[in-house]
Amino acid sequence: MSTKSSATVGQQVSNSWRRRLPLLPALIFTVLLTQIPFLMSIWYSLTNWKIVPPRPRKFVGITNFKDLIGDRFFREAAGITVLMTVAAVLGSLILGSLFALLLDRKFFGQGFIRTLLITPFLMMPVVAGLVWKNQMFNSIYGIINWLLKLVGGTPIEFVSRYPTWAIVATLIWQWTPFMMLIMLAGLQGQPSDVLEAAKMDGATPFATFRQLTLSHLRPYMELGILLGTIYLIQVFDHIAVMTGGGPGSTNVPYYVFQESIGGGWRFGAASAYSIVVVIFSIIIATVSLRVLSGLLKGEDIA
Amino acid sequence: MTKERAVGEKRWVNGVFGLMAWILGALFFFPVAWMVLSSFKTEQEAATSPKITFTPTLDRYREVTKSTRGLLSFGQAFSNSALIVVSSTIIVLLLAIPAAYALAIRPVPKWRDVLFFFISTKFLPLVASILPLWILAKQFHLLNTRLVLVILYTGMNLPLAVWMLRSFFSEVPRELIEAAEIDGASLRGQLTSIILPMAAPGIAATALLCVIFAWNEYFFAVQLNPVSGATVPIWVTTTISTRGNFLAKLSAASVLASIPVVAAGWIAQKRMIRGLAMGAIK
Repeated sequence: MSTKSSATVGQQVSNSWRRRLPLLPALIFTVLLTQIPFLMSIWYSLTNWKIVPPRPRKFVGITNFKDLIGDRFFREAAGITVLMTVAAVLGSLILGSLFALLLDRKFFGQGFIRTLLITPFLMMPVVAGLVWKNQMFNSIYGIINWLLKLVGGTPIEFVSRYPTWAIVATLIWQWTPFMMLIMLAGLQGQPSDVLEAAKMDGATPFATFRQLTLSHLRPYMELGILLGTIYLIQVFDHIAVMTGGGPGSTNVPYYVFQESIGGGWRFGAASAYSIVVVIFSIIIATVSLRVLSGLLKGEDIA
Repeated sequence: MTKERAVGEKRWVNGVFGLMAWILGALFFFPVAWMVLSSFKTEQEAATSPKITFTPTLDRYREVTKSTRGLLSFGQAFSNSALIVVSSTIIVLLLAIPAAYALAIRPVPKWRDVLFFFISTKFLPLVASILPLWILAKQFHLLNTRLVLVILYTGMNLPLAVWMLRSFFSEVPRELIEAAEIDGASLRGQLTSIILPMAAPGIAATALLCVIFAWNEYFFAVQLNPVSGATVPIWVTTTISTRGNFLAKLSAASVLASIPVVAAGWIAQKRMIRGLAMGAIK
């Protein structure tokens, strides 16, 4: 009797593990590769570790975090990060929504235009940065300056005069297709019977758009803003090829690179900077996960 | 308002919107078109005021593919990238397919929490793990190897792949899987005979996104593997001397670096858009 019941218990246990087994390799791999380095980063950020010139690693508590408040370069990098992220997210969201509204209607060559519009998203970020820097913004060969000269203006070396905005423009160009795809998914998921009913009731297209479409699109906009923010807060490639850092273009991730592997070798302090990025991202991600989970629950009901 | 007039008006409005879409689409695509045009010019033509009429030449492509300036040749960079991207994508699928099965088809308890754990790792900025990864790679003698990028690109794409595959797998009709179960098909049997064939378009879309992200990746590549075994993004940024005239050569190198991913994205755009929409929204 007792052997029999222990056998069933054993079977149940092995059964539930058999269910979990297919999940484990992916789960273990992800934990090892994401959580452990992150914990190590937290530990580094509490030390005064410097690799070149080598010196013994010492626990210093929150000194690095106290220091970064007084660090003029860090403050500037933090300001640039916020400015770049907000401007690029809003710019690409507005343009992306506009393109999505245009693409949501039937017109000649719709598929072709969509293909053209998604291309920047497929481009390698370093290539996008190089093309914009050298062929659009350059003061001698750049197209924009050529147009400027046509209308009688004087050429501007955009990238060195306005580094933040040159990078933001390139980011908007690359991220607009992403926002467009999210908004297009939203527009096409709009229940057509509700729109029909509004039309029957004699609502003008503008009123329908404002009252039905916009409220339906809200969660998609929020999702676009949140996903865009998470990615754009860590921009690195465009800065590396367009300016290589410097006033007006070094954001916190790039500053971390400069202060560590890029030549500073102050692993302790640089880790503290990276933890600050994480704290901001966690705040954004908490909101973002709430939105995602709301959408996921909606799927269950449907 | 008569119906005819309404239809006529609608057509007129659609025409205006269509025209706007064409103009904006052309403007938006212009930098890409200009890059392609410049790559067929001579350096002198590319550096003088913009012109559209010129005799196209493939010489710049010959120059950049043969160039030995910089760290590595085009052939080396291309084969490094291909090897790293293909192997990491295969490993991602091998890990993500069973995981998606355990999340969608026979869900483990608390599957939703597990799914959120996967996607939440994407919210952790890469910059927070780069220094430990550099230290670990150095200790295990993995700096400047292709292996380190295979491992990291697998980790980078795995959460997204699990997330997307779960939503594709949950669309496979339950009855088919239950019937196979009753017939005594094992997990592998169910996967190969029913789930994989039915979810094939979704798996293809997932694999394609993994390839795009890995091919274009620069942050890990430049910090962990910038010398031997370097990838195409490193090649583009180091192979062209920016002294003298270089625009045409840079354009040719950029076209070569972008073509594999852009072409794949164009061909598979419908599936990819659906995959992205499902991955991002559901």
